[in-house]
Amino acid sequence: MSEALSSAFTIAAPTQISIALAISAILFSLGLIGFLCRRNLIIMFLCTELMFQGAALAMIAFARMRMDVSGQVFVIFILTVAAAEAALALGLVVLLYRRRETLNSEAWADLGES
Amino acid sequence: MNGELSIPQVVIAPELAWVGLAILLPLLSAVVCAICGALRVKNKLPAIVTALALAISFVIIVQAYFAYSGPVQVPIFQWMTFQWGAGGPFHSFTANCSLYIDSLTLYWMLFVTGLGTLITIYASEYMEGDRGSGYSRFFFGISIFLFAMSALVLGDNLAMLYLGWEGVGLASYLLIGYNYDRPSAVAAAKKAFIMNRVGDLGLALGIFMLWANYGTIQYSELFAAMNSGGQSAVDWHISVIPFLLMLGAFGKSAQIPLFTWLPDAMEGPTPVSALIHAATMVTAGVYLIARLYPFFELHPEALATVAWIGCATALLAATIGMAQYDIKRVFAYSTISQLGYMFLGLGVGTTFGACYHTLTHAFFKALLFLTAGAIMHGFAGQLDLRKLSGLRHVAGWRIVSWTMFVGCLWLSAFPYTAAFFSKDAILLQALTSARADFRFLGWMGLFTAALTAYYTFRVWFRVCAGPVHFEAGSEGHHDHDDGHHAQDRRDAPGTHATFHPHAPRWAINGVLLILAIGALAVGLPAYKTVFMHEDNWAQQMIAHSSAYEGAGLADAHGHSDAPTPTMLGMDAHTGLTVVGSTASVGGILVAWFFHLRSRKSADQLRAALLRRWWLGWIPTAMEHKWYVDQIYHALFRLPMWIGAQILNFGDRHFLDGVLVDGIAKIPLALGRVFRPLYSGALQGYAVTMAGGVALVLAWASWVWLRGVH
Repeated sequence: MSEALSSAFTIAAPTQISIALAISAILFSLGLIGFLCRRNLIIMFLCTELMFQGAALAMIAFARMRMDVSGQVFVIFILTVAAAEAALALGLVVLLYRRRETLNSEAWADLGES
Repeated sequence: MNGELSIPQVVIAPELAWVGLAILLPLLSAVVCAICGALRVKNKLPAIVTALALAISFVIIVQAYFAYSGPVQVPIFQWMTFQWGAGGPFHSFTANCSLYIDSLTLYWMLFVTGLGTLITIYASEYMEGDRGSGYSRFFFGISIFLFAMSALVLGDNLAMLYLGWEGVGLASYLLIGYNYDRPSAVAAAKKAFIMNRVGDLGLALGIFMLWANYGTIQYSELFAAMNSGGQSAVDWHISVIPFLLMLGAFGKSAQIPLFTWLPDAMEGPTPVSALIHAATMVTAGVYLIARLYPFFELHPEALATVAWIGCATALLAATIGMAQYDIKRVFAYSTISQLGYMFLGLGVGTTFGACYHTLTHAFFKALLFLTAGAIMHGFAGQLDLRKLSGLRHVAGWRIVSWTMFVGCLWLSAFPYTAAFFSKDAILLQALTSARADFRFLGWMGLFTAALTAYYTFRVWFRVCAGPVHFEAGSEGHHDHDDGHHAQDRRDAPGTHATFHPHAPRWAINGVLLILAIGALAVGLPAYKTVFMHEDNWAQQMIAHSSAYEGAGLADAHGHSDAPTPTMLGMDAHTGLTVVGSTASVGGILVAWFFHLRSRKSADQLRAALLRRWWLGWIPTAMEHKWYVDQIYHALFRLPMWIGAQILNFGDRHFLDGVLVDGIAKIPLALGRVFRPLYSGALQGYAVTMAGGVALVLAWASWVWLRGVH
């Protein structure tokens, strides 16, 4: 990394990092809880997005801590993939809804093995 | 071996490259036929293209014949060249696409391309019922056949010969199995191919040994090595060469022990039989031995083996031919028998006799097969000589009957026919040989000649002479779909009251007439020798090539300066003419008595033989072809079948059952364990995942806490 770029960053204080990490943990936990508790496919999908963003935030925070942009670059990729995946997943949800006229995930429990 | 082997030196002549068209044109016509097949061409285009290509090849060979002045090597292009070490013999391998043209090559190519053209013209009519379905495929096979045969004969090295050798094997497989929906045809095709493979193994090993001993596989260099006294060191790895090459020749030319494929080869359409039996394929073995004759002369026992095998085959096949009822089968065994004569000739040291007999045989055998094909074509597949009679009195069948008569006269070596002279040359050499066993073989050959005359005219007197009576074939000739044959088939099974035989038209009749005239014409060189005391053209052609009988053996046979051999108190030549004529005419008369004059007596004789236990087995064994097929079945096919069953059992129960299926059962069992986890409840999966995350977290905190203390 060039000198000019590294001088543009200042070392973040540990408290600021921990705040960012705490927010990321909260986001992830909220997403997880929502995914576990709700039965609506769209809400469950939104909750996975929330977990995604939690993880992404943690990456940005660590990148800042270690003064390494690769974490941030990674997040850009995550966002791109998430956008593509969102289009796919929502399309799937629409198809599933057309089949069973419901958004309840339990309607598809018969896909299981037992 | 006084070093006077007169194998002429070759001249490199690139300006003769146009002779290579004789190989290229059949290949091109094969390509055209393949395209016609892909485009489902319904007209006679494939036949016309093939016939034209072969006719042009024939013209090219005739041109080359007139331009010929001495052995030449014609380079076309570099095919395979490898060099290692210092180069030179034993450090390089060269097999170029070049031609070796000497009088033997031209002699062979003249009848290969000439008869190929005629048979193609015949087939254009014979196969017309298959237009749009198998017609293109058939002529593709014919073109490949002639391409391979031309490469075999014209090539200047043994690699090209081997290419052609395998090529005719492949083409014969394709053509014998032409009716691939008939199991017997498929079996016959496989039999021909596999039996030839056995012989090919010998040929391949022979070529390897030639390279290992002489460092080259080009004819010109091999012959040069022979001329420069390379033959002095006779130890096992040189003397094994002729035996290996012989095996290849026996396979291709249907000699003992590899002869049983040839009678079955008639499962192919009749023009294919004519092509295999007359011009191509079976003559390749004779060509191989004639071409590499100096290597056979190195080892007198090799030539003696060829002679013994040839004579035994001639006799065995003749006895089988006497007892068969299928016309084509009789002719097939006669081919084997006549090939036996050729090998006898090669073995006793008259390459001229062998090659001249090849030429005369090519004409009369093509003629006989094509007449048999015309009968089969017209009588809805009927070939049983007990169910056909008096054809020469039926309108439209006169040409067939009389051309068949000519073919039969030639096959039975009737005095002063061409085949009489060629057979005479072989038997004379055998009977005047210094070796007692060769003289014995000569007498066996004479006895076989009488049998030949008998079984040949047995067919003609039964089928073409006598009262008019015929039954149509029951199977129907399945490759006829033209309207007027459909009508024949509606009438079948018919007697001659309702059945109208379908008389051949111009293409078949014309070709038969040309072949009959050709059979007469190939006798001309012999007539000139007998009546005008000129040199025999065929003898000239053979003597000025590598097939020339070397000085060493010719001396051993008392060829030149020994006192004139005698036979039965006469000059040997006159004596043989008398005895040979007697054998031939006697055989014909016996056939006339039993199969025309008094057909009942033939049946009575057969019944009388069968009644006596000590004689009865002979006709039975002859009808069953001396049980050779059964013996081969017991010796080779049965053990292999048993071995295959054992391996099959092991494969099914150990390899498949224990190893493959056993391993496949592991993931199945694992799946049975883990399957309950896949409940189908989405949240269940999420809980598992969250549990996993919790575990990772707990582990991380434990590590962290331990680090703190």
